[in-house]
Amino acid sequence: MSAAAAPRLKTSAMIASFAEPGQKTAAAPFGHALVKAARENDRIVGLTADLGKYTDMHIFAQAFPERFFQMGMAEQLLVGAAAGLAQTGLVPFASTYSVFAARRAYDFLCLDSAEPNLNVNIVGGLPGLTTGYGPSHQATEDMAIFRGMPNLTIVDPCDSVDIEQAVPQLAASDGPTYLRLLRGNVPTVLDEYGYTFELGKAKVLRGGNDVVFVSSGLMTMRALQAARALAAHNVDVAVVHAPTIKPFDTATVLAELNTDRLAVTLENHSVVGGLFETVASAVVTAGLGKRVVSVALPDEFLDAGALPTLHDRYGLSVQRIVAKVLAELG
Amino acid sequence: MATTQELHEVGRMPGETATDRAERVGSAAYRIRHHALTMGEVQGQGYVGQALGAADMLAAVYTDQLRFRADQPDWEGRDRFLLSTGHYAIGHYAALAEAGLIAVEELDTYGSDDSRLPMSGMSTYTPGMEISGGSLGHGLAIAVGMALGLRHRGSEARIYNFLSDGELDEGSTWEAAMGAHHHRLGNLTAMVDINALQADGKTDTVLRTEPVADKWEAFGWYTQRVDGNDVGALLAAFDNAAAQAAAVGRPSVILCDTKVGRGVPLLENREKAHFMRIEDHEWRLCRQQLSAGYEGKAAR
Repeated sequence: MSAAAAPRLKTSAMIASFAEPGQKTAAAPFGHALVKAARENDRIVGLTADLGKYTDMHIFAQAFPERFFQMGMAEQLLVGAAAGLAQTGLVPFASTYSVFAARRAYDFLCLDSAEPNLNVNIVGGLPGLTTGYGPSHQATEDMAIFRGMPNLTIVDPCDSVDIEQAVPQLAASDGPTYLRLLRGNVPTVLDEYGYTFELGKAKVLRGGNDVVFVSSGLMTMRALQAARALAAHNVDVAVVHAPTIKPFDTATVLAELNTDRLAVTLENHSVVGGLFETVASAVVTAGLGKRVVSVALPDEFLDAGALPTLHDRYGLSVQRIVAKVLAELG
Repeated sequence: MATTQELHEVGRMPGETATDRAERVGSAAYRIRHHALTMGEVQGQGYVGQALGAADMLAAVYTDQLRFRADQPDWEGRDRFLLSTGHYAIGHYAALAEAGLIAVEELDTYGSDDSRLPMSGMSTYTPGMEISGGSLGHGLAIAVGMALGLRHRGSEARIYNFLSDGELDEGSTWEAAMGAHHHRLGNLTAMVDINALQADGKTDTVLRTEPVADKWEAFGWYTQRVDGNDVGALLAAFDNAAAQAAAVGRPSVILCDTKVGRGVPLLENREKAHFMRIEDHEWRLCRQQLSAGYEGKAAR
């Protein structure tokens, strides 16, 4: 198809799914997982800052109206109140967009929940580049902001499988957590890999002799797709999925990186302060002397537009990943 | 807004007259002030002026309002007192000692290495300290969550949040004020220490917060403004809040006009500063003035 005949891509809706046409998906996996966990644990409560419908929290609110608290468009209150709820023995899940959680409410999560190590679970929608609305809504540096916070666990799930399995584990873990939410119709990917989510663990999804991908979030889906595409070029790619960014499973990842294979990290996040730097610091600390190639968003404020356009522009598309790997392999 | 004159007085302890009650709380306030001066001298510095100003508020809460078990600081049924203004910890520790939650002797460790009593109050350090204040504007948001959580769990416990007028600069305070009204948190009482002073100077020159009462009323709170150094007025305000606001699910605020350095004329009349410097030779004089004033009042 020529460029002239291509349909003009429009700015994706705020809540656009990044699932591809025909891809297997699950609807609102976070909301349903929270309801399921709440049936088994009556201390779980939910709250949001006027974004219930857009973070799949509305599923919980409908199932447990008496355990749901609407805090209004007031993120500092949302996060401060979550700490207060936790101090009474409840297990709050508080949802907003990642930009607001990280940029507006940081001090409240840090001092009110992280310092006393309370079981407060922050659920951030639109992490990284998952909206075409531009820098006001694109949380391209959320992990960079949050990684410096002591006690905070950070989870960057790939798909509906990750989310469904992560939610009860986040509820059961003692300290504060931050979940990078994928909402709406979320792709189901990892069910084909005999995979289970374990908080704090990285998993090898497939082996490969030439290249090793270390990825998190939706970029694990792209890593798996790119691995299949690279097979057609006779490039054999291993994929390691590291959904828990902090605390990081250094042992599993370093064991995979300590080979002659080309090492590539893939993340839906700025190249500053996310998975790449987490891996790089682990490599340097271990004295591996290993080069690591980064697939990540640039250290820039990104454009508004349609997600497929933007993912391709900034190097997150399968096509761009494949091209980058082939170039690296010469 | 209810005025001091309109407040009715109800003795909290059976058989106790209003006068006896005020004297009981007033004597606690006197000891709190003494403790604060002692801690200030040990450290050679500190927010002594604020502690002296807020001593009556702290005494009213800790010796007349809060339900707690001194030997079991984390008793689930306790009322919660949340100190937003972490730098007022010196006064709060004095109140905790007066309430028996920590030993009076421990006050000597204030601000020292490895002490449980750091300069800025932290929940992870001190028994009876519910939150880590200091980053202002946090307390009321946490209080809203606590009030929701305790009500959800069927607890009768009440939440008291201590704020300062400078803290009203923080937007998060007003987010929380809206939230408390929206959720009808009758189990929440805010106490605002209006000493009209903040870090860079007088409140009305830093960022005008007046008309403070109108603001709280507009946010839906049951609002009273009293002389925060008049124990009788403070107690009446608490009684009134319980009768008029808590019963109908309305959060309550008691705006307390206080005087920095209250009880020690040397400090009351000194040029007001957020961080008051007291020379080594002045501590003894401060204590003498405090005692003389209290005993003089008692004799009247």
